[in-house]
Parts: sequence; structure tokens; C-alpha cells
Amino acid sequence: MAEPIIRFEGVSKSFGEQGVLRNLSLDVVPGEFLTIIGRSGCGKTTALRLVNGLLTPDQGRVLVQGKDVAQADPVVLRRGIGYAIQSVGLFPHMTVEKNIAYVPSISGLAGWKGRERRVKAEALLCRVGLDRSLAGRYPRSLSGGQRQRVGIARALAAEPEILLMDEPFGAVDEITRGQLQDELLSLHAQSGITVLFVTHDIGEALKLGTRTLVLEAGQVQQCAPPSEILNAPATSFVEELVCRSREFQVRK
Amino acid sequence: MELLEEIFSLYAQRANWFGELFLSHISLALSAIVMSGSLGLLLGVLISEWNRAAPPVMGLCNVLYTVPAISLLGILIPFTGIGNKTAVIALTIYGVMPMVRNTYVGLTSLDPDILEAAKGMGSTRLQLLFRVKLPMAAGVILAGLRNTVVMTISVAGIASFVGAGGLGVAIYRGITIYNPAMTAAGSVLIALLAFVCDLALGVLERYFKKRGSS
Repeated sequence: MAEPIIRFEGVSKSFGEQGVLRNLSLDVVPGEFLTIIGRSGCGKTTALRLVNGLLTPDQGRVLVQGKDVAQADPVVLRRGIGYAIQSVGLFPHMTVEKNIAYVPSISGLAGWKGRERRVKAEALLCRVGLDRSLAGRYPRSLSGGQRQRVGIARALAAEPEILLMDEPFGAVDEITRGQLQDELLSLHAQSGITVLFVTHDIGEALKLGTRTLVLEAGQVQQCAPPSEILNAPATSFVEELVCRSREFQVRK
Repeated sequence: MELLEEIFSLYAQRANWFGELFLSHISLALSAIVMSGSLGLLLGVLISEWNRAAPPVMGLCNVLYTVPAISLLGILIPFTGIGNKTAVIALTIYGVMPMVRNTYVGLTSLDPDILEAAKGMGSTRLQLLFRVKLPMAAGVILAGLRNTVVMTISVAGIASFVGAGGLGVAIYRGITIYNPAMTAAGSVLIALLAFVCDLALGVLERYFKKRGSS
């Protein structure tokens, strides 16, 4: 097995009395697409935010590329990790082009000025399936799906090796979500980037992940390739999760 | 109508004098606005970054704001004497409040998701402030500046009571020599100046509010 790019070592985290993650240990290898699924409040978002240092563990440690997150400079760490969230959080006062160029710009990366910035931003727009003419527009004039795509382009701009996504397709319609999922899959196949993807939709988790982590009440229920999750659910919780998704419930 | 005619004939007869008063009124108000604007902005930014300092600073500004302008001028005389200096200090103290309040409110009521994204992408604290927070809060901050500007221009009208220049001189002289037209002539110019500044800043404020909202 390859050297893990992200490693959780006995990580626990609680907010006040509430224990959110309990003794989580997990290795993620480079190029893996790990989907994390569970109910609201199961600790999936917390796990994600521990990776880029927005949260620090109470116990245990999180290693990114072999380095303890707690010891690392959070600013440097975060600039090397793409981050896309459900609400996208595009900057309303910047054009799409400037939004995409945000991380390279704050990092002072060379080749992200003037004409070059335009060309690179347009290339990223094409990669996420958008027309290059959107570069000069402001986020408020975009549709929900377009905003999500711009958010992903922004997360990819500095060519990170890790991409963290927190329910990025939660707020778009079913059809757009399907397209976004397909595009993310081909993006992952082309770039070999490591993705941690949080979702509460089991269908999405199984469709996208090379491996799926099922969390419940802060504890790992199962962490296995999607086919195994489907065929051999490890606990009754996983069983129920999988069964529910197999058929539609139709009101009689 | 008679009063209006008198006012215009006053403007015509003493155009130079009114011109000078008008310019000195602008320079008096502008000095105070530059000071209260930058001081208020700085204080507002500081208390939004260090939240624990917010209640005492806001409290102090609120208290100073309740002191009537004329008594603030009177209180300052023993310390700073009479003249423009005292007037500018009083107007600055008076104008700080709206700036501090709007800067603080503008910076602390931003969409938390956008700040989360900015932080998660590796912004330093200063980058977050200058590239994200301040541009997004610009509309609300400008509304505070607009408030300060209009208020300072009108309150500067009583600065002549402590021997400062400006259009208050015409108002004060009109009162002492019992010439209502002269008092009105000074007042009209102050109102006009305040009105034009309010309109101009209102346009700017709307532009930045639109720009800063998603």
C-alpha cells in the first residue's frame, strides 16, 4: 500500500459535552476518492475540517502528507488543499475570473496576472464544463449549478493534491447534480487528485467513491469500496442505509 | 417671498464674503470628516477583530454622541481655546460614532459561509480583512460615512460660537444684528451643501451595496 496522503490517528473531537468524533483512525492513499456519508451531526463535516486545520482534534492527530496538521502553518497548509463547500461562498465583489484566481493571488503564485490570469481562469472554466465567456461575470448573475462549478474551479486553481468537498452538490437540482457528479468523476480520473467528499446521499457516495466511509454518531460503521458496502454491509446501520436507497418509496 | 428676495440680494451684494464663508465651511467640515472618518474606520476595524473591546468602545461613542454639540464646544474651550481647532476637535468626536458603528456592524454581519471559504482556502488574517471583509462591508461603511458627512456639515454651522469660521458666522451675525435674511442666507447654503453631499454619497453607497451582496 502506498504512503498515505492523509492519516487520522485515533482522532476524537467534541464540542462541549457533545462527542462528535470518537477514536477515528483512517488512511487515505494518493489518488483515492473517499466519500464520507452519515446522518446530520454524525461528524462527517468535522472530519473534513480537521484536515485543513479549521478544527483541531481533542485527542489523536491528523497527518497531511506526513506532517501533523496541528504543527503546520495553517495558511500554508490550506493553500495546498482545495476546499469547496455547499454554499460555495463565492466572493460577490469579485468577477468569476478573480474568484477563481483567489488562491494563486493570495499565495503570490507567478503567472497569475493580467492576460495570463484570464487564460488560466478560462481554461479552468472549460474543465468544469462552463463557457469561457463567464469569466467577466459576477457571481450574482450565475445559476446555482454554475456557481457550484465556479467553486470547484476555484478549489482547483492552485493545483492542489488534495480536494476537500463538503456536500458541494447539496443545493442543486437532481439533473444538474448528476452532470456535476459525472464531471467530477472525469476530473478525478484525469488529474489523479485525492478527494475527500462529504455527502448525506448514499447514491452519490456510492457513485463517486473509490472507497466509502460510513459514519454514525462519530464512529466508523464501515469503510470499504462501494460494491462491498452494497453486498456486505458491516452493521445494521449500513444495511438500513443501503436498503433505503435501493428502491423508491411511493405514496399509495 | 420678501425674505427670499432679501436673501438673493444679500448673495449678490456680498458674494465674496459668502464665497469665503462657504469655502471655510467646507474646509472646516472636511478636516473634521477626514479625522472622524479615518479614526472611526480604524476603531471599527479594531473592535470587529478584537470583539472583547467592542462593548466599551461602542459605549463610549454612544455617550459622546449624546452630549449636545453646543455643550461639547463649550466644554472644550478651557482646554483648547477658541477658534477652528476647537471646532474641528468637537466635530471629530461627534462624527466618530456613526463611522465606528457602521464599520463594526458591516464587518461583523457578513455571510459566515463566505468567510469560512476564504479562511479554508488559506487567507491570512489581513488578506481576509482587506480582500474579503472590507470590500464586502464597503456599502454599510459608506452609509456611516454619509451619516457623518451630513451631520458634520450641519453641526459645523454652530462652530462660530467658539470663534471658528464657516457659514455659522453669517448665521451668528444675522442673529446679533437682527437680520433674519442673513441668518437664512447662511442656513440655506449649509443645507444645500449637506443635500448635495448626501445625494452623491448615496449613489456611491448604493453601488457598493450592490457590489458587496450576492
